[in-house]
Amino acid sequence: MTDQELLERFSRILADLLGEDHLELAMNTRRADVPNWDSFSYINFIAAVEMELGIRFGIADVESFEDVGAIVRGAQRLQAG
Amino acid sequence: MQWLPEAADFRQALRGVRQALDSGAPDEVPDAWQQLQALSQHRLGYLELLQLDRLLCNAVGRISAGTVPSSSVPAGFSTLRLALLASCTADHLLPGIRVAALRRRLLVQGHVGQFGQVRQEARDPRSGVRQFAPQVALFCLQAREAVGAIDLDATQSQVDEAIDRFLEDLRQSWRALREAHGTSIVQQNFLDTEPPLFGNFDAGMPASPRALVRRLNQRLTELAGSEGVTLLDLDAASARDGLGAWFDTGRWLQARMEISPAAVPAYGEQLARMLAALRGLSRKCLVLDLDNTLWGGVIGDDGLEGIVLGQGHAAGEAYLALQRYVKLLARRGVILAVCSKNEPANAEQPFLQHPDMILKREDIACFVANWEPKAGNLQRIAQELNIGLDSLVLLDDNPVERAHVRQELPMVAVPELPADPALYVNCLAGAGYFEAVGLTAEDLQRSSQYAELAARNAALRASVDASDFLAGLDMRMQAGPAGAVDLPRVAQLINKTNQFNLTTRRHTLESVSAFASDESALVLQFRLRDRFGDDGLVSAMILVSRSGEAGTLDIDTWVMSCRVFGRQLEHAALNVAVAAAKARGARRLSGSYIPTAKNGVVKDLFAELGFEAASPPDAAGTTRWSLELAHYRPHITQIAEAAAS
Repeated sequence: MTDQELLERFSRILADLLGEDHLELAMNTRRADVPNWDSFSYINFIAAVEMELGIRFGIADVESFEDVGAIVRGAQRLQAG
Repeated sequence: MQWLPEAADFRQALRGVRQALDSGAPDEVPDAWQQLQALSQHRLGYLELLQLDRLLCNAVGRISAGTVPSSSVPAGFSTLRLALLASCTADHLLPGIRVAALRRRLLVQGHVGQFGQVRQEARDPRSGVRQFAPQVALFCLQAREAVGAIDLDATQSQVDEAIDRFLEDLRQSWRALREAHGTSIVQQNFLDTEPPLFGNFDAGMPASPRALVRRLNQRLTELAGSEGVTLLDLDAASARDGLGAWFDTGRWLQARMEISPAAVPAYGEQLARMLAALRGLSRKCLVLDLDNTLWGGVIGDDGLEGIVLGQGHAAGEAYLALQRYVKLLARRGVILAVCSKNEPANAEQPFLQHPDMILKREDIACFVANWEPKAGNLQRIAQELNIGLDSLVLLDDNPVERAHVRQELPMVAVPELPADPALYVNCLAGAGYFEAVGLTAEDLQRSSQYAELAARNAALRASVDASDFLAGLDMRMQAGPAGAVDLPRVAQLINKTNQFNLTTRRHTLESVSAFASDESALVLQFRLRDRFGDDGLVSAMILVSRSGEAGTLDIDTWVMSCRVFGRQLEHAALNVAVAAAKARGARRLSGSYIPTAKNGVVKDLFAELGFEAASPPDAAGTTRWSLELAHYRPHITQIAEAAAS
């Protein structure tokens, strides 16, 4: 999936998770930029992305994702593999 | 959760509910609650579940915050305070629990105790959980806290000693909560998350990780049984679904979640059905379609020889397997009915003549075959059996019929039966409609009792005059103070009965036992039999003396099974209660009628029995009544009193 497709999917998932009507993630969005995106909802977000895309991130990757772009690239690597 | 239908347009529906709630218009809010409840009846993914839960919390918050009057919560909803005491992350479980409870019209207020502070939360009167005073407490622990320190070469007796020490400590926590708040305890048993160590030999080593967890679960089951603690059997669930469906090593390492987020919908469902069972909200009656549900083919077209049923080919055996399972459900007390679009004679023919039928005509308490819409027929079945529509489950292979019934009668459960009959049993069993937290002698006799009820109703229709009918029943009542053997059934009746229930006060087995052994209280039980059979213990009454009311016994609780409505048992029972109260030196009986959505049938009971109104209805509609015993003239009934057995 392209960067844009994944960003849209991720934005919708995070909006549903946090109870926002609309939310726009960019490649350089960091967790701290999004209100209420705490460590608990981060794990929830990762779990929801994994369920929706049918992939599984390595636990070291989950800890090291610096921004949304890193998650997008991580998902693309897994989808390609 | 394949028994739940897919939501057609979840986002759209969710938006509709949110708007109705936000509008705050009182006439829109009850509708919003019904829509919210209807949405919970669908198959929801994790994200959908979280969104529905957020809306639910919002709606519940409005009630408690007083934005919307609490009377706008639709009839039939009830609330329950649930505490979670966990040694692993448990916050993420609450949405799953709340939504699955909403599916059963239960509004759960959840409180999660401090992470890893199970003992303190249970035992310290100042803890958050104790301040919350839960009605139900769920304990979620992990096997490694119990058996992690046991060395690999420990003998069986060393293993047992360590396990029993751990469980004794746990028992103290259960008891502390139960004694402080009368809390019902639910204990999750232990997931076996350990990998094999020896492999196949693990079972032969007393202290292999696998053997330890198995032993721990076994001892826990025994202890829970003797303590009256309800087990949440995750061990069975993970054996059925695979450990991976419940536990994810990644989530454990990242967030100490023993239950993975993917399993949250299923976890909530498992727990909520137990909460519902504890509240007497489990379904009672399975209504069966016939053609292509109990057998393959159409009896009216294919005839007795043409339908697919029995040994010899796979589909015929699949229908047999369903019948075998349904027969077992009847054996454990689920009432069976038939609702089929058929000529009555055709519909009955296989039950009477097909050699492979496992279900027989006498297993069916109410048999309806005609060409009318099913919704009306289901209402007729509920009426005939004297149970609520919310006690019915309809098993029907036809998607059009299912949709029609869901639309017309949303309170009837209609599982989304798969197309393949091989999967029927798993679908019905997986849905857990008939979840129980115990089994009584009455459960085991129920199916024959309901067949008797159907026969009695037929006799009633045949007899023109109702009093002739009652006289012809040859009824005998056996009544008196409840003994130890009666108390489990008395408690079950108190917790399950919604219609003939004057106060709808629920009492646990512990508190009923406490009343029974209290000198100043009286627990009475009433059994009824007639020429059609024995109905068993069908009514119970708790009389208590309230402080400051000398000479008066108050009817704290009076319940009666709907099976025996209209048989004058309430009159005969009052005669017994008055005699017992007089023997205790009481001069007066008092009682209250507290109205609920379901107990309208006893609204005028006290007046009919000769009580005087003691006060006008209060704001909630509660009325108070009293009866001077000196002037009491026993009611004349068609019921003879049998000597106590």
